[in-house]
Amino acid sequence: MTTETTDPALVSRSAPARVPAPRPPVLRRQVRSVLKHAGLLVLSLLMVYPLIWLVVASLRPDDEIFRDLSILLTDPTAENYASGWDAHRYSFTRYFLNSAVLSVGAILGNLISCSLAAYAFARLRFPLRTLWFAVMLATIMLPVHVVIVPQYVIFAQLGWINTFLPLVVPKFLATDAFFVFLMVQFIRGIPRELDDAARLDGAGHLRIFGQIILPLMVPALATTTIFTFIWTWSDFFGPLIYLTSQENWTVSLALRAFLDATSESNFGGMFAMSVLSLVPLFLAFLLGQRYLVKGIATTGIK
Amino acid sequence: MSSIGELRTLARGRRRPAPGPDGTAARKIRYPDAKAGYAFLTPWLIGLVTFTVGPILASAYLSLTDYNLLQPAQFIGLENYADMLGDRRLWASLRVTVVYVVVSVPLQLALALAIALLLDRGMRGLAFYRSVFYLPSLLGGSVAVAILWRQVFGTDGLVNWVLALVGIDGPGWISNPSTALSTIIVLHIWTFGSPMVIFLAGLRQIPAVYHEAAQVDGASPGRRFVSITLPLLSPIIFFNLVLQVIFAFQTFTQAFIVSGGTGGPSDSTLFFTLYLYREGFGNLNMGYASAMAWFLLTIICAFTAFNFWLSRFWVFYDD
Repeated sequence: MTTETTDPALVSRSAPARVPAPRPPVLRRQVRSVLKHAGLLVLSLLMVYPLIWLVVASLRPDDEIFRDLSILLTDPTAENYASGWDAHRYSFTRYFLNSAVLSVGAILGNLISCSLAAYAFARLRFPLRTLWFAVMLATIMLPVHVVIVPQYVIFAQLGWINTFLPLVVPKFLATDAFFVFLMVQFIRGIPRELDDAARLDGAGHLRIFGQIILPLMVPALATTTIFTFIWTWSDFFGPLIYLTSQENWTVSLALRAFLDATSESNFGGMFAMSVLSLVPLFLAFLLGQRYLVKGIATTGIK
Repeated sequence: MSSIGELRTLARGRRRPAPGPDGTAARKIRYPDAKAGYAFLTPWLIGLVTFTVGPILASAYLSLTDYNLLQPAQFIGLENYADMLGDRRLWASLRVTVVYVVVSVPLQLALALAIALLLDRGMRGLAFYRSVFYLPSLLGGSVAVAILWRQVFGTDGLVNWVLALVGIDGPGWISNPSTALSTIIVLHIWTFGSPMVIFLAGLRQIPAVYHEAAQVDGASPGRRFVSITLPLLSPIIFFNLVLQVIFAFQTFTQAFIVSGGTGGPSDSTLFFTLYLYREGFGNLNMGYASAMAWFLLTIICAFTAFNFWLSRFWVFYDD
């Protein structure tokens, strides 16, 4: 960004020059700028219109939802929220709690296990490091479907089907290699002199990791937290496979149940609960935007 | 550097000094943190063996068996693979998936790049636009958005409402086999925000002096894009392309929800992963599903290899 700003010295030097700034280009640039903003604003509206409509529709009486596709809300009602909340056997309180518990577990797991592995890859010299690092990078790209059947078999034999364990335990073993990579990238940017100084003072690796690296990599930890939250919260495939009984459903599974034939008619409730399911994601986006943008910019994965 | 960039560097191999004659002492100097390194790596290594390497091997074996979880796996050789050859639904689902990948990924990246180029130059409202365009890519993977999509493209949905304003009587996009897939493609394009943010970051790293020098020499904006921006951005475009292709092949949630779990109408949204899920977890044909997974992996590897081969002609590495 800094390279874009014009040097004031240059401006003042060139300003009193004889040749006045040619008028038409300025006008043309302004017109172009207006056109550009107009285009971008139209695109913005196009992008978010469905989301806004979803919110508005969820506040309309059920029979009006499909009759009015504008986003003007005349008399809002919360009845969809009431009917949606209790549409299934359990109330959505339960599904939200389940999703929250899963998310917290996944976040803790990723923070602990990925930071440990990342410290090793970024700072320690041990045999086969390059090989393991390459393997770790490769696992980022491995399709989950190649391992899903055997994983299911393992969890079935452990008796973990229909529990949260298959969705949480792997996170404590750094299976989300993407975050290991993200943290490695970040630790590489921390000056090594800090480690060396601590080592001279007699600190071991655990201490260097805990008291120097961890506090300095808070931004990377924040990025990990937010991405893990967003991915776990909206995950559908994992819960679909492992969480079979309704008491363990996540919000994603409960939303999907609205599509079953029996409750097809409750569009209002479905939209209301859809809105509520997006609220935590939206909050994460608002609070963590800075980290999200940094995270994807440094590692290049969504 | 991206994960792909790192892999590329590793693959080309940095030459390292051969171990000296004095085995243990040299080892100690070269690997001062051998113990600590493996200690820190332990959770990851356990995870790697238990949830990745082990399952990969098991999956390879299961693909040679008839297995339904309840009875022990029966070894049947290559029968699953032979069955796949004659499975018309499988080929149809592969076609759906490949069309989806080949159409949606380039379109999404092209849009992301175009918008990133518009947004560069420290313009007014940059933060606002970036947020608005980025938001959908965060929400796009959720069930709620897929549910919303069913409405947007439904017979009485938003798209047809807009079309009706200009006098067009739109079809039921999702209930029509010839348009159902395109609604999911549009959903993917809608999430162009995350590659856009990556491109924005990449554009920032192109030194402004390059553009200034070219401008002094009288290069037009188009010329500068082709000769400066595109080559310098090409590694970033490349790894986005590779990763988006890999991820797009695994699309599941959107296809599942938009089609109500069926892959319909007439299998037009039966993505490969959706078919795999139904074979494996619906019909409990775990052996067949494993074989399908290996087939999918082969296809993804082939596409990735092709991408790498193609990259020699258009990706410019500065180093």
